[in-house]
Amino acid sequence: MSKALLYDATMCIGCKQCEAACAQQNKLPYDDRVAAESLQSEHKYTVVVTKDDKFMRRLCMHCERPACASVCPVGAFHKTKEGPVVYDVWKCIGCRYCMVACAFAQPKYEWGSLNPRVRKCIMCPDRVTAGKQTACADICPTGATKFGDRDDLIQEAQARIRDNPSTYQPRIYGLHEVGGTCVLILSSVNVEEYGYPASGKIGDTPMPEYTGRVMERIPDFIPVWSLVLGGIYWISHRRDEVAAAEDGENNRRTR
Amino acid sequence: MKIKLTFWRTVFLTIMAMGLYSTFVRYFRGLGAISNMSDQFPWGLWIGFDCLCGVMLAAGGFCVIGAVYLFNVERLHSVVRPAVLTAFLGYLLFIVGLLFDLGRPWYIWHQLIYMNPHSVMFEVGMCVMAYTTVLFFEFLPNVFEKFNLNAPIKWIKRIYPVLIVLGILLSTLHQSSLGSLYLIMPSKLHPFWYTPALPFLFFGSAISVGLAMTIFESTQSAKAFGRHLELPVLVSLGGALLVALWVNALLRFEDYFHRGMLGQIIKPSYEAYFLWLELILAFVIPITMLSFKKVRLSPQGLYLASIFTVLGFITNRLNVSLTGFETYVGHHYMPKWTEFSVTLMIIAMGFALFGVAVKYLPIFPEEEHAVNTVLAKAREPDVDEAVLSHAGD
Repeated sequence: MSKALLYDATMCIGCKQCEAACAQQNKLPYDDRVAAESLQSEHKYTVVVTKDDKFMRRLCMHCERPACASVCPVGAFHKTKEGPVVYDVWKCIGCRYCMVACAFAQPKYEWGSLNPRVRKCIMCPDRVTAGKQTACADICPTGATKFGDRDDLIQEAQARIRDNPSTYQPRIYGLHEVGGTCVLILSSVNVEEYGYPASGKIGDTPMPEYTGRVMERIPDFIPVWSLVLGGIYWISHRRDEVAAAEDGENNRRTR
Repeated sequence: MKIKLTFWRTVFLTIMAMGLYSTFVRYFRGLGAISNMSDQFPWGLWIGFDCLCGVMLAAGGFCVIGAVYLFNVERLHSVVRPAVLTAFLGYLLFIVGLLFDLGRPWYIWHQLIYMNPHSVMFEVGMCVMAYTTVLFFEFLPNVFEKFNLNAPIKWIKRIYPVLIVLGILLSTLHQSSLGSLYLIMPSKLHPFWYTPALPFLFFGSAISVGLAMTIFESTQSAKAFGRHLELPVLVSLGGALLVALWVNALLRFEDYFHRGMLGQIIKPSYEAYFLWLELILAFVIPITMLSFKKVRLSPQGLYLASIFTVLGFITNRLNVSLTGFETYVGHHYMPKWTEFSVTLMIIAMGFALFGVAVKYLPIFPEEEHAVNTVLAKAREPDVDEAVLSHAGD
């Protein structure tokens, strides 16, 4: 069963310990200066955004059907059965199609490096496969970021909305968006105000299906189109051959 | 031999010098230092122009080959070799462009071993690789002929039908797939340019530009190398171009009509201005021009119409790859001068290599009529200079 993270913005106190734990887990620099940065970058996989005294966390959504994995020409991204979408740097050729394709704009790039890598939250795959929580969920003092089975977390989120309908927006962001994600978000305000793409805009269709509709035709297209082209070639040249042969015959007759 | 420093040579050398400096910055300071690309704009001018437009501009090869060998348009036979040469150089330079744009170009061969058949980029990569090989074989006879090697020419003649069919198949696939690349970004690309019809539109524009580029090239070569201009060739290309433009225009209209966008595209907005520019350059001007028989029969008219077509579709592809993302990102992307200089260097290399190939290989057929030869000879300028004069075009 797929693991997931449930982030409940109403429980978040903006302590940014998740940021620090994430940096430590991924061996990234973290100090006051980095803590003050409100944008994700190649050295900051997750960020807690503050707006109007409310907090919102951003991180890779770990889509059930990830666009990054489907577009990568060398398959450097893949979805593990536990849920994390992970990155194999040794395959990467640096085309950055993943960055353009991601609806949540999560992959970031090491623009200053001479051998640059794509950077994003990979949901602590080593910890998850070892049966442990992600570093961010582990350290969260209020339980705002909770780790667990995706199905259990969905039920819990639905229960929280049911029990406190006045607190929450009546939706779980990530439940259906782009075919479902392994990061689920509960909030008292619209997540769109904190930089998340609008549900209506990204839709419920898994991203890979948009290109898949075309790509799945190709295996049929190749033989059919080859036959058509070959056929046209044969016909147009056969006409020449026939004409040449008739010419030869006519010449012989007139002689 | 003393080499004179003419105006165009100076331009060419300046472009190459700036390009070499930028190349140094690219490989010793990184992508961040050389370009204005960022996490918000991961694809910039190099993908928009060098790749998307480059492949489109090299489409003349398969258009002409298709016309001559599949549909027996014998008149176009004389432009097959220059068109194949342009396509071959175009694809080689496209790969050079990729080596600049890829973050880890030394792993470009990973395509061949870590294959992901779901990826449009993978399909484009494989097709381009295979098609460049096909073009190489279609180009080889020029070299063999030069050195009077008849045996290998015979071998290539024998596989020529396969090369032709394969070349057109691969071109159909990757020209349209360049459009499919953007199908996965429905929430990012502006609705003026995001449409499920993208692969068809990209294929259609490749054919139009392929024809227009062949007209442009023939006229330009005639000027530069003092060759006799074969009007019947240009006239049939111009006719085909008019048809192709109409088909493209109808496709665009149908697309906007079915998506209910007609009302929006006539309302002024930042994107609308760019869209209008594109539509006027690519459709309104060349279609109007080519609708007059007088223009269709005049070399200058055809030349001008082909330039408008090419500029229009370049605008179209830059809109798809750059303009269309600005609203989503929330700010403008303007390439750094070093990005421009790399692009310019690649274009200049293309013109120079074309000139060198024309000078040393039998690309253009021998002039048929003695009179024309005399006329041509009389106008023939220094070929080197002709080569360089292209660099600034």
